[in-house]
Amino acid sequence: MTAKHRGQSTYMSDMRPHDILLPVAAGLCCKPGGFHIDPVRPVERAVITHGHSDHARPGHGAVLATQETLDMMRLRYGDNFARSTQAIRYGEEIRLGDVTVKFHPAGHVLGSAQIAVSCKDICIVASGDYKDATDPTCAPFDVVPCDVFITEATFGLPVFRHGDAADEVKKLLASVALFPERAHLVGAYSLGKAQRVIALLREQGYDAPIYLHGAMEEITHYYQSRGVALGELRAVKGMKKADLVGTIALAPPEATSDIWTRRFPDPVTAFASGWMRVRARARQRGVELPLVISDHADWDGLTATIAATGAGEVWVTHGQEDALVHWCKSRGLAARPLDLVGYGDEEESEAVAADEADT
Amino acid sequence: MNRFAELLDRLAYEPGRNNKLRLITAYFRDTPDPDRGYALAALTGALSFKHAKPGLIRDLIADRTDPVLFGLSYDYVGDLSETVALMWPRRAVNHDESLLGHPSPPPSPARGKGAQFSAALSPRTKSKAAIDTLTVPSPLAGEGQGEGYHTGGASDEQRGHNNPPPPTLSDVVTTLRTLGKTDLPKQLARWLDELDETGRWALLKLVTGAMRIGISARLAKTSAAALGDKDPHDIELIWPGLAPPYLDLFAWLEGRGDKPVNRDPAPFRPVMLAHAIEDADFASLEPADFIAEWKWDGIRVQAVAGRDERGQMQARLYSRTGEDITKSFPDLVPSLRLPGAIDGELLVLRDGRVQTFNVLQQRLNRKVVSPKLIKDFPIHLRAYDLLGDDENDLRELPFAERRAHLETFVKKLDDPRIDLSPTVTFDSWETLMAARADPSSAGAGEDAEAVEGVMLKRRDAPYLPGRPKGQWWKWKRDPHIIDAVLMYAQRGHGKRSSYYSDYTFGVWTNGEDGEQLVPVGKAYFGFTDEELLQIDRFVRRNTTEKFGPVRHVVHEPDQGLVLEVAFEGLQRSPRHKSGVAMRFPRISRLRWDKPPREADRLETLERMLKDVTAN
Repeated sequence: MTAKHRGQSTYMSDMRPHDILLPVAAGLCCKPGGFHIDPVRPVERAVITHGHSDHARPGHGAVLATQETLDMMRLRYGDNFARSTQAIRYGEEIRLGDVTVKFHPAGHVLGSAQIAVSCKDICIVASGDYKDATDPTCAPFDVVPCDVFITEATFGLPVFRHGDAADEVKKLLASVALFPERAHLVGAYSLGKAQRVIALLREQGYDAPIYLHGAMEEITHYYQSRGVALGELRAVKGMKKADLVGTIALAPPEATSDIWTRRFPDPVTAFASGWMRVRARARQRGVELPLVISDHADWDGLTATIAATGAGEVWVTHGQEDALVHWCKSRGLAARPLDLVGYGDEEESEAVAADEADT
Repeated sequence: MNRFAELLDRLAYEPGRNNKLRLITAYFRDTPDPDRGYALAALTGALSFKHAKPGLIRDLIADRTDPVLFGLSYDYVGDLSETVALMWPRRAVNHDESLLGHPSPPPSPARGKGAQFSAALSPRTKSKAAIDTLTVPSPLAGEGQGEGYHTGGASDEQRGHNNPPPPTLSDVVTTLRTLGKTDLPKQLARWLDELDETGRWALLKLVTGAMRIGISARLAKTSAAALGDKDPHDIELIWPGLAPPYLDLFAWLEGRGDKPVNRDPAPFRPVMLAHAIEDADFASLEPADFIAEWKWDGIRVQAVAGRDERGQMQARLYSRTGEDITKSFPDLVPSLRLPGAIDGELLVLRDGRVQTFNVLQQRLNRKVVSPKLIKDFPIHLRAYDLLGDDENDLRELPFAERRAHLETFVKKLDDPRIDLSPTVTFDSWETLMAARADPSSAGAGEDAEAVEGVMLKRRDAPYLPGRPKGQWWKWKRDPHIIDAVLMYAQRGHGKRSSYYSDYTFGVWTNGEDGEQLVPVGKAYFGFTDEELLQIDRFVRRNTTEKFGPVRHVVHEPDQGLVLEVAFEGLQRSPRHKSGVAMRFPRISRLRWDKPPREADRLETLERMLKDVTAN
C-alpha cells in the first residue's frame, strides 16, 4: 500500500523527506499533496489529526479528518467551520496530489489519528498527539512503521513516566471514602480527558452519578452517542450544595479554582493531567489531589514508539524537543526539532472557555 | 514504605489542618505495627540516623542515566530527590541491559504489538510486507479495545518472580540505623529499585533529612490521639517517656494495653495560652482580679530539670509545642540546676539589656551552635510561672500562689541567666493602658523595646493546658500602621482557593521612572469574610494582567485600592526590592475612601526603621 507498490515513474526518486513535508508558518505543509496538516492559520486544504483546539481550527477551505474529529469541530465551531469536509476511516487511504494519505489510530482522544504521508518510496508519519496507554474511550494506538516519524514531545523528559491510570483513579476513590462529607472536584480537559476519567471510574466499579460542569456536557454526550459507555451523568448546574456531598464532579481545569467551586461542600480539588507528575507543577496550581492521568505518551512511551516505528529519522515537535532529540541521536537516529508554533496543551485555550462558563 | 510515601505525598498537598489530621489518623488505623510507629517517629522528628549527602544521590543517578537527560530533567523539576525518584530506571527484565547509560529499558512488549515486531527489525531493512500486515485498520471506539494490550506504565509495578517486595518503613529505618557508610549507596540503590515513584521520593527525602511537609510534631501526636479518642495532652505528657516504634502507645490507643507511664525525669507539660483582649472585654473584668506582666517579644519556652534513676540531673528546654530545643541552647543548660519546671521567655541579653526579637532570631535555626554564636547572642530565661517544684506539681494552684513559689525558686537558683519577669503595678485599666503605651516609664526601663504589650493573668487561675477562656489575656501594644496600595493578588489555598486572598502591597517611592509603587510586603489575613468578598470582587474587576495564579491589579495614583496594613516590626532586608521586610503584616482596614496617591511612602518606613534601630 505504499507509494513503492504503485510503481510510479522515478523522476522524483531523489526526493527527500522535507520535500514532502515542510514546517511553514501555517503548520506542516505538504507541497506535493497540496495540503497542510493541523494548520494554525486558515488554509485551502487541511488534514487534521484530532479535535483539540490547537490542532483543529476553524476557517479552512476543505478539511479531511475522521468523522469524530469533524463532529467535534462542528460542536465547537458551528456548522460552517469549513467550506467542505471529508471523512476518512482508520486504515483508509486517499490520494492527494502526488502523495497518498492514510489514517491510523493515535490513541489520544476519540477520533484521533496519525497521518501517514507516502510519496514514492518514502513514508512519513505525522503522529499528532498520541499515547500508547490503554484508554477505554478511544481506539488504541497503532505503531506505523515509517521512514520518518514526526513525534510530539509534550512529556519528552525522562521524569515523565505515567503509571497505570487505574491506580490514580483508585487514589481518587480512596479520598472520596476518607472524606465522605466533601465533594471531589476533578479538573480535566473537556475533550478526551474528562471522558477517560469517567470511564476509568466506571471500570473501578464506581456507579454513582458523576457531575459535569456545563462546559463539558455537550462533548461528553457526544462521546456517549458514539457508543462510549459512561454511566449516569448529571449537570452540576441547579444542584444544591447539600446534594453534592460525597459526589465526584468534573470541570475544566480553570473552573476548579474559580468562583464556580463555591457551590460545592468543602471541595477536594483534584487535577487529572500528566503534568501532575511533577510536584511543583501541582502545587503551583493549588491542587490538593494530583492525578497523573495523561492523554499523551510518557517518556517511555515516546522512546518505545520511536524505536518501534523503525524510522531512521525523527522530527520532534511541541514540547521538550531537546531531550528527545538527544535521546534519538544517542541511539544513532537522525533527529531534529521541528519549528512549529501554536501547539501545546489544551490548557491555554480552555482557560478562556472556563472563565466564561458561568461566572 | 510505599504506603507511608503515599501519606507524605498526600499531606504535602493538603492545606487544611483537620484534613491532614484525618489523613494521618486513617494511616495509623490502616497500618500495622511497627511501621506506623516509625511513621509517627518520622513525623515528629524522633528518628535519628546519619543522613545521606546529596552528592551520594547524584552519583547513584549519574551511574544510571545519560548526563544530558539528567541535566535537562533536573532543570525542569528543580528538586534533586524528586528528579531522581522520577528518573530512576525501571528494573529491566533483562539484567544485561539494566546498567547501560540509558534511562529507558528496551521497548516493553507490553507497549503494543508493533513494538515486539520491530524489535527484530533493524531500521533500514524492514520489510514492506510487514508494514501492510501491521497497519490493519482498527475498529472505532466502542468494542474490542485494549484486550491484553499495553497498559502504559503499569509495567512499573509489574515485578518478576525473583524481585523482592518493596521495603517497609521499618526495614528502612532499622537498616539505616546500623548501616555503615560504605554500604549505604548499594543499599539505597536496591531500595530505589524496589520502590515505586512516590516511594523513591519519600525514601530520598527521608535519608537526606529533607522531609519538609508542613506537619508539626503536635499535629502528628494529635492524629495518634484521635485513633483512640484520647486527649492529645495525655500523649504530650507521656511522650518524653516513649520511643519508636511506640508499640505501647498504640496498644493503649487501641484499648489493648495500659497507658504508658512517663519515666522521663524532665517531661514537657502542655502550655497554657492567652487570648487577645478586645476593648469590649474590659467592661466585664475587674482590675483587682488580675496580675499584669510585660509581654516579652522572645520565644516561649519551658525549662525543665529533674533527676533520673541514677540521681543525675537532666535538663531540657521545650518549645511551646513540646519540641525539645535543648540542643540549640546548650549555654542555658548549666543554669537549670534545680529540679522544677519553669514557664518563661527566651531572650537575648546584652549588658543586662533585652534585645529585640530581630536579634534573637539570629540565634535560631542554626545547625551548629558555635562558641561565637553563644558569645555574641547570650541567652537568657525570663521566668513567669512555675509548674513544678522538685516532685510537686504546682499546676492546680492559683496563679498568685505559683508566682510566690516562682519568686522563691528563682531566688534560690540565684543565676545570672535566669530572672523573674517583673509584674506591672496598676489600679485601673487606664493606668495599665498608660504603662502599656510607655513601658519604659512604667518599670520596663531600658528593656522597653522588647516589650510587645502586657499580659493579664487571673490571680486565681490554675495552670490549664490550651487556651482556656477568660484566664489569661494578652494586650499587645498598638501595631505599626501604614497605608499601602494593593498591587498583586494571588489565590489562596484550600477553602480559599477560589478567592484572591494573598495580597502584595506597595508604597510610593521616587524611582527611576519617577513616582512609582514598590512592593513592601504580603498579607493574607486580618480582613473579615465580608471584606475578603469585597477585595476578591475588586481584584477580578480590576485585573490588568495575569501571570499564572497571580493577578496584576490596577494601581495608579487615582485608581486602585488602599489597604491599611498593621505590622509588628520592620527589618532591613536585602532580599526585598524595597530594602525592608515587615514582621507579621496583616490587613487592618480597607480604605475605599482613600485615593492611592495618598498612600504612604517608602521614606516613612525607612524612618520607622531608623527609630527601631536607633533605640
